[in-house]
Amino acid sequence: MFEILEKEVLAPGIKKITVKAPLIAQKTKPGNFIILRVNDEGERIPLTVADYERETGIITIIFQEVGYTTELLGSLEVGDYIKDIVGPLGHHLELEGYQRVVCLGGGSGTALLYPKVKGFYEAGAEVIAITGARTKELIILEEELAEVSNKLYITTDDGTYGHHGFVTDILKDVLETEEVDLVVAIGPVPMMKAVSEMTRPYEIKTIVSLNSLMVDGTGMCGGCRVTVGGETKFTCVDGPAFDGHQVDFDELMNRLTYYQEEEHQCRLAKEVNK
Amino acid sequence: MAIQKEKTPMRSQSPEERIKNFDEVPFGYNKEEALREAERCLQCPKSPCVDGCPVQVPIPQFIKALRDGSVEEANEIIKSKNNLPAICGRVCPQESQCEKVCVMGNKKEPVAIGRLERYVADTMLEREKNISADTAEKNKGAADMALEVKKEKKRKVAVIGSGPAGLTAAADLAKEGFAVTIFEALHETGGVLRYGIPEFRLPKKILDQEVDYIKGLGVEIRVNHLVGKSVTIDELFADGYEAIFIGTGAGLPRFMNIPGENLNGVYSANEFLTRVNLMKAYKFPEYKTPVKVGEKVAVVGAGNVAMDAARTAKRLGSEEVVIVYRRSEKEMPARDEEIEHAKEEGIIFKLLNNPVRLYGKNGRVARMECVKMRLGEEDASGRRRPIPIEGSNWIMDVDTVIVAIGQTPNPLLPKNTPNLATESWGGIIVDEKMATSRKGVFAGGDIVTGAATVIEAMGAGKKAAQSIKEYLEKEK
Ligand SMILES: Cc1cc2nc3c(=O)[nH]c(=O)nc-3n(C[C@H](O)[C@H](O)[C@H](O)COP(=O)(O)OP(=O)(O)OC[C@H]3O[C@@H](n4cnc5c(N)ncnc54)[C@H](O)[C@@H]3O)c2cc1C
Ligand code: FES
Repeated sequence: MFEILEKEVLAPGIKKITVKAPLIAQKTKPGNFIILRVNDEGERIPLTVADYERETGIITIIFQEVGYTTELLGSLEVGDYIKDIVGPLGHHLELEGYQRVVCLGGGSGTALLYPKVKGFYEAGAEVIAITGARTKELIILEEELAEVSNKLYITTDDGTYGHHGFVTDILKDVLETEEVDLVVAIGPVPMMKAVSEMTRPYEIKTIVSLNSLMVDGTGMCGGCRVTVGGETKFTCVDGPAFDGHQVDFDELMNRLTYYQEEEHQCRLAKEVNK
Repeated sequence: MAIQKEKTPMRSQSPEERIKNFDEVPFGYNKEEALREAERCLQCPKSPCVDGCPVQVPIPQFIKALRDGSVEEANEIIKSKNNLPAICGRVCPQESQCEKVCVMGNKKEPVAIGRLERYVADTMLEREKNISADTAEKNKGAADMALEVKKEKKRKVAVIGSGPAGLTAAADLAKEGFAVTIFEALHETGGVLRYGIPEFRLPKKILDQEVDYIKGLGVEIRVNHLVGKSVTIDELFADGYEAIFIGTGAGLPRFMNIPGENLNGVYSANEFLTRVNLMKAYKFPEYKTPVKVGEKVAVVGAGNVAMDAARTAKRLGSEEVVIVYRRSEKEMPARDEEIEHAKEEGIIFKLLNNPVRLYGKNGRVARMECVKMRLGEEDASGRRRPIPIEGSNWIMDVDTVIVAIGQTPNPLLPKNTPNLATESWGGIIVDEKMATSRKGVFAGGDIVTGAATVIEAMGAGKKAAQSIKEYLEKEK
């Protein structure tokens, strides 16, 4: 059982919680994720570790309420417990050896981006962070990101804050004007795909972090499989980060839709029981 | 009295009834049936059955005790060699082990050893349940305290994985007086017994009782610990564990590597069964993990895993479930009883066929192309090699495909453990003492042999426990 120590609403539908999980805090590195199960009836869902403190053993999780389980998680209060958490899972990112890194986050992907931005910054790279959302009130972690990056750009689809447009608009300008040796993109699949397409002609290494459906997270079920460079990989153990130029994004998008109806059914049941 | 030629039949749920539920199919013998079956044992002095058993359960002796009216004694005799008889009685391939060499089987049907083992174990579990319900609560506090005190002085051993190999090793080591901690990656114990083998074949309450018994021996179980990630072998040693047993199983699902395999509606059997068994998707939406299964399901493979997947799909409401297998009936690796049950439940067998391509519609699998096969010469495994018949391709409509063509050892732990030698196919290499290339690290079960059986995994766990004990005595 893992106790929730703090809870904060970052933006409508985006929440941050901290949890005491010393073993996980001890070993997590940027790019790792956890799998949690809220209660005995719950499903297992993967979430990125947004931050961790080795000394206190506390980990931070930021999540968007996009389905039954994330909503349930969002309904828990300080003092409530999460039944199971396992991690850190997946490969962490190699942070060393880059001069200038562009990190892009879209939507709640920004939360997942934060540990990587921080990691590269602390490893000595110059970090350009670009984060975007639909509208101003969905922009999260602005201050935190500003602290651990050399330059921070913000975009909104509706122009209510920062640049009016998409993160890729800014990326385009940066690619035109700066020498970049790594691009990291985390967010909705279409955004990661667009970023990867944009960097391809420049032959800049591009890392995307995939949000496949998962069950165990240990390489046992293959439910999380993706095609990368024509080969089947398991996101949970081979990823979650892959070379964006090699990922079959269309297949990934298709696989992410498989349980949409059931997700709907769970939410309906919840509405009814309210 | 003439000896009864056939095995005493076991009553079970009718096929029509059982495909609508997940309850156990065979009911097990009652006392009278068990005694009748026990009478069939010839008590032959040579007892080939004992050698047929991978852990050498003294079979004639336990049957004799049963015949003499002492279930307790029968149970003790079995338990001297087999920690998990209620499970083995249900899932062991008896027809290729003890019952295969039963002398009675030469002319008539062999003695139903597995069913008798199940009877003894179930009877005892039933009794223990009644006793322990009262006393367990009362004794719990005292036992906990005793455990705390004793732990101080005991030498620590870590067991990785809580499948049959790990559970057996842990129990034996605890009985030898070691402080044993099991580290399990999932949120539940049992390994394949929990996530793979369905409720209708192995009720989880039986597994729970066995696990409770092991906890009662003082074994500590830490779930949600993926060793290699959450904690490494070196860190376990640094933490004071003096020996380590690896029983992490063959969890890596094999795929066919044919076009279309990543379409929606294509599952590994592991994923399909894990959703249903571990996550209880058959009780969706009460349990929140969904499993989607269509009207026309093809299961590729013909082992126990394939039968379990097919029969599960049937129970989830699929209209047509077809087993597609590239060899013939004779080569099917599943237990006889599973094949029989599958047939009774209306599973269709399309043998001597091999899938070559999957076609999708709107992102979901819709058709499967197969090629017909014939059998050639025997291969290294002693089975006749399947050869594709050119130009015989045909197409079947499907909306779900479950791939059950085998599992290989899970590479995660070996990959994250320096200097742990493995075979090219991923198995951990051990010597005759089950010792690995790392000092103090032992391994057994599917992680060493590749996907095998519950009883062999148990046997390996037992042997490793013995070796660990000898090793620690030397290392004092
Ligand atoms: C669907 C199915 C049906 C079967 N039916 C039968 C049958 O009828 N009869 C029969 O005899 N055999 C059957 N088998 C085979 C049998 O179940 C296995 O041979 C046996 O369970 C192997 O035992 P094990 O202890 O080696 O591994 P497993 O049972 O696989 O257990 C390994 C455990 O280790 C855990 N683990 C893995 N990696 C790590 C790690 N890094 N850290 C911590 N924990 C880890 C896993 O989560 C798992 O719980 C079946 C198998 C399947 C899949
Ligand atoms: S989630 Fe099961 S293998 Fe990745």
